[in-house]
Formats: sequence, C-alpha cells, structure tokens
Amino acid sequence: MNSPYFAGVDVGSLSTEAMILDTTDEPVSYSIIQTGANSIDAASESFEKALAKSGVSQDQVKSIVATGYGRISIPFADKRVTEISCHALGAYHLFPDTGTVIDIGGQDSKVIRVGDGGKVLDFTMNDKCAAGTGRFLEVMADKLQVSLNEMGPLSLKAGGEVSISSICTVFAESEVVSLVAQNHPKNEVIRGLHRAVVNRVWSMIKSIGVHGAVTMSGGVAKNSGVVGLIEERLGKPIHVHPEPQIIGALGAALLAKKNFLRASP
Amino acid sequence: MSLTKSIRYNFMKDIGAPAVMGFAKAGKKKRRRKPNPNFGPPLKCANRLKEIMTRHYFLSRYAEGARPVAWVTSGAPVELLRPFDFYTIYPENHGALCGAQRLGPELCSVAEEHGYNQDLCSYARIDIGHFLSGKTPVGKLPRPDILFASNNICQTVAYWYKVLAHQLKIPFLLFDTPYNFEEITENDITYMVSQLEEMIPILEEVSGKRFNNQRFEQIMLLARDSSFTWGEVLATMKTEPAPMTIFDAFIHLAPIVSLRGLPVALDYYQTLLDELRERIDRGIGAIKNERKRLMWDNIAIWYKVRDFSNLFAEHGMNFVTATYTNAWAETISNMDTDKPLESMARTYSLVVLNNNLNHRLGLMERLIKEYKVDGLVIHSAKSCKPYSVGQYDLKRLLMDRLGVPSVVIDADITDFRAYSEEQTRTRLEAFFEGMED
Repeated sequence: MNSPYFAGVDVGSLSTEAMILDTTDEPVSYSIIQTGANSIDAASESFEKALAKSGVSQDQVKSIVATGYGRISIPFADKRVTEISCHALGAYHLFPDTGTVIDIGGQDSKVIRVGDGGKVLDFTMNDKCAAGTGRFLEVMADKLQVSLNEMGPLSLKAGGEVSISSICTVFAESEVVSLVAQNHPKNEVIRGLHRAVVNRVWSMIKSIGVHGAVTMSGGVAKNSGVVGLIEERLGKPIHVHPEPQIIGALGAALLAKKNFLRASP
Repeated sequence: MSLTKSIRYNFMKDIGAPAVMGFAKAGKKKRRRKPNPNFGPPLKCANRLKEIMTRHYFLSRYAEGARPVAWVTSGAPVELLRPFDFYTIYPENHGALCGAQRLGPELCSVAEEHGYNQDLCSYARIDIGHFLSGKTPVGKLPRPDILFASNNICQTVAYWYKVLAHQLKIPFLLFDTPYNFEEITENDITYMVSQLEEMIPILEEVSGKRFNNQRFEQIMLLARDSSFTWGEVLATMKTEPAPMTIFDAFIHLAPIVSLRGLPVALDYYQTLLDELRERIDRGIGAIKNERKRLMWDNIAIWYKVRDFSNLFAEHGMNFVTATYTNAWAETISNMDTDKPLESMARTYSLVVLNNNLNHRLGLMERLIKEYKVDGLVIHSAKSCKPYSVGQYDLKRLLMDRLGVPSVVIDADITDFRAYSEEQTRTRLEAFFEGMED
C-alpha cells in the first residue's frame, strides 16, 4: 500500500494556502494563491496546485483539514479547525521553543500563547477593524504606488519617520495622501505606517504577555520593516519562517495527520 | 393623582389584567418548540416569570395619573421610593427586552437621528429613541413624575436621565456614589446618607405622601430577603450538574432588578429556589452533558442569548456563574434596619461596577473557585465602558493565577450592528478547541 499523505488548506481573506505532508511531517509541497471572490474555488485550486507540484494523487491524501475564515465552506475537508489552533501548532512545529505567536494576516491579527505540544493556552484578536492588519498595509501600498513586497526594504532605508496619527484605515489613507503632498519621503511615511501597525499589535501582545520565544506568522511577517520594529520593541529577535504564510496550512496538515491516526490506529 | 385614573388602575390591577392575560393565554396557540436534546427539562417557573413581567408592563400603562411613576436605574436604591408607592419602570430592563426582540438598532437609530452618537450606551439610545418615537414592544410606558438614578453603575445614566428631566421638565434625583478606589470611607458614607435624607422631602412632594419609616423598614427587609434568595438561586449552580444555566439567570434576573422591595419578587424567587432544589435532589441538570463549567463577564448579549445557549449546550459547556447576575446578590448583606440609610449607602456603593479592579479580580477568583469554573467568556460590550475596561488585564491575571482560559467577544448588549457573527464564531471555536484536552 502507498504511504498516506495529509493536507491542510488555509483559506484566508487575501490568500489561500495548501500544504501536503508525508508521514514524517515533512512538507512535500505547498501552494499560495490569491483567494479572490470565491473561497471554495480558491481552496480547490490551491489544493490541486499543491498536489500537482508533489506528484501525489488525491487518493493518497487520507485526511484534509480546512482552516482560515473560509474553512466552513470547503466541501472536501474532513475537519474544520480555527486558524488560531493551526497557527499555534504550525509555529510550534517549525520552532519548538515557541511560546508566543504573533499572526498578522489579511484582515485578522492575533497573538497566541502556546503551550506544550503547540496547544493554545490563550489568545486575543483584533476587534472589528482592519487597523493593524495586512489589509491596512495593502491599502497604503496601493495609495503610495509601491508593491507590498517593497514596503519592508523601503522603510529600512528611511532616514527618519513620519508619525501617522489615524488608527482608522480610511482616515490614514487620506493622511498618507496629504503627507505625500507635503513632500515627506515615501520611505519615511512607510516606516510611520509600519509603526502604526506595530503599535496596534503591541496592545494585543501586552494583553497576552510574552512567553518563551516569539514566532511571527502570516503575510505581514514577510515585511522586514514590521518585523524589525516588533523586534526592537520586544528587545529580542523573533522567529520568522521564509514562508510565514504557510504556517496555518502546515498546522492544519499536522492536525489532518493526527485526525487520520486517531481514526485508524 | 386623579381619582378616575386611580379607579381605572385599581380595576385593571384586580380584574382587568388577570382577565386580559387569561384571555391572551387561552387564545394563544401553544407553540410546541421541538425539545433540544442537549437540554434537560425546562424550568417550570418560566411561565410564572413571564406572567409577572407581562403584568408589570401591562399595568404600567394604567399607572400614569393613578400612582406616582418613577423611572429608575438598575443600581439605584429603589427601597427609598417604595414607601411612597411609586410605580417603577426600569429603562435598562426595557432596553434588554427590546434587545432580546432584536429592536435595538431600530430604536437606537431614532436617537441617532436626533444627534445622539453611536458610541453612546445602547440602553440610553433605546430609551431616548423610545421617548422620542413612542415605539416599544410593551405597548406603552407610563410618563414618569420623577427620575431616579445612581452613578454606581456608570456616569452615563446621570447624563441620560438629565436629558429626560430636561425634556419632561420633571425632578431628577441622582444618588452619587463615590468610586471605591481602595476602601470606602466614613466621609463617603456621610456624603451618601445626606443625599438620601435630602431626597425624602422631594419624594414626599412628588408623591403627595408622607414618609413612613415603619413601611420603609419593611421594604428594606423584603428587598434584603429577595436579594438573599436570589443569591441562593444562583448558588444552586455550584452543584454539578448545575440545575440552571446563566442564560436562564439572565432572564430570571428581571424581578430582582425591577421589582426589588415588592412581595412578588421574594415570592417568585422562593418558588424558583424550591424548583431548583428539587432538580438538584433528582440530579437534573440544565444541560444533559455538562462536561465543562464556564463563567460569563459583563451584561448579556440580549439578541444572542438563545443562540449562545444552544451553541454552548451543544458543546457540553454550561455557564454556571456571572459577575453580572451576581451583582444583585453580592452586597445585600450590608442592609441593616438599625442603620437604614447608612446601610443602603454601603449596599449600593460596594457593587462591582463602583469598585476597583482588584476587587473585581478577587470576586472573579472567588467565583471561579466556588463554582469550579473551567473557562471564562468575556463580553467586551461597546455600550458598557465601566464594565469593559480592564477586561484584558483581568483575562491575563486569571490565566496567570488560576490557569483559567478565556475568550473575549466584541459585541454590544442590544445594538447588533456592533456584532460580527463570523468573528465571534472563530473566537468561540478556537476557545472550544483550546478547552478540549
């Protein structure tokens, strides 16, 4: 009999990731795509892409766990688990000394206190507002006509920093317009925007407390400017995986394996 | 007071209301709700409670002109009003009722159209919205002759009632309770007692009745016994499995809030207590499979009480205690007829919302231990700032000290425009996942 494989699919508000694992918990393949308007299509597409890359057939995947805000609607999932549990487990798997996870995704940001085995001990999430999320930076990048990927490196080159007073995404957008009109250098504005995100997330970090090593996940972890400011404020380095977006899907795939083994010992 | 209105009121009280309610009951087709397999048998008392509250609101329509009418806040020392025979209306209870019937946004919008900000407490917006539009699910609320508020629950009530006083051109009595930062002082007590003393002549004037000390003492004892019995009702939930849920308590809270000091409240809680004790003897739990026991913090999310009740029962989780329901039982032991006004000052100024966060932390720790609580659900209510401030600190401290996991839900007591189903679902599911071993 062929050895079994396990999959995790993380349907987020901006991007969807799929991860395929073998029995040794080693990633076989993964894919990252834009979610777009239809989360079911995005889930299928990312799963198929990951399958194609791996050379594993769908029959060989014995268990699939869906996570992320679109998890409810994924028809081919065997189980649905929240992104909070998946990020905790994924981060713990990659960095076993993880005690705290900071996840900044598209429309959610959260701080999770992680215990033994990657169990969630406590967590907090942003309230009903996009401030301090990936969406905030996306809107600002668009306004400043730079790509999301450029924001980190640009901000690191800034000589100074412009302070952004608005927490609200909509108001900050017009504030950015006027700051640019006043000839403030773009990279200084970007650094100010990163600071605004970090200030927002900081209150969540404080409310949960910092325990053990800190791992950052989610798309915003790719932004070296934001990561740097969090490290500066924490006074210590944090773990960032080269593909921080796949941590949720990885956690889901690990749960899929657990789910499978529990059902067929 | 008018004689005709008085005759009409008494007729409705003794003959009209029982007849109308009897007809309504007989004419109403029994809606058979399919029993939910996750719950034990429903409380038999629930029908009696419904009768009491329906009668209270029904009769209130006829009270105007027949009896002096007061609008009162949930934390005001209403015992002082009862000897003057005031018919008391609780706008907060009315707001909760509107919230449960999903009328929050509609009534709030009326207030907002008149310039009241969306960030203002939704009980206040509902009340002002009702005042401006006359809309209410209870038919009609009687126009008040006096307004009676205490800022022991928040400062908003003082400004909200001031608006009403200004519009209605009626007297407004504010019982100002100094916030208890550390310990309550003798000066604080003197200050509060003198306020109560000053209120008596105003109440005499508005009601046309002389203050009767003997009657006042009887009422104090009645209120004290009702609150004690309410406390005993809540304490039945220490039993495993608990014979009721906190969602039941949210509903059964109505008499202790709005009929406190009246014989009907005491009578009702004695009946309820008997029923709960019988359930304990027979091992009947409110939910069938009580695997985890939870605590609730803050006011109920009125439009979600039923949904949450079903959702948690489905997961075998029962709410067995709440800082909210406890508030009407906690400080009543201070009530003492030998020192009536002084003891009232203590009873009402020591309530949870007028007390510092250390006190609240201590209270929560005690409830967690006494009720064997496994987890905590914290409602961060957009309306209620005094209740919602400090919740993240309490959450962290309770985790550190007792290892009790918790989840925060951002919502509102009645205005469901401030509630996100999707966000709440994710938080609660993550909480459930974390609670499983």
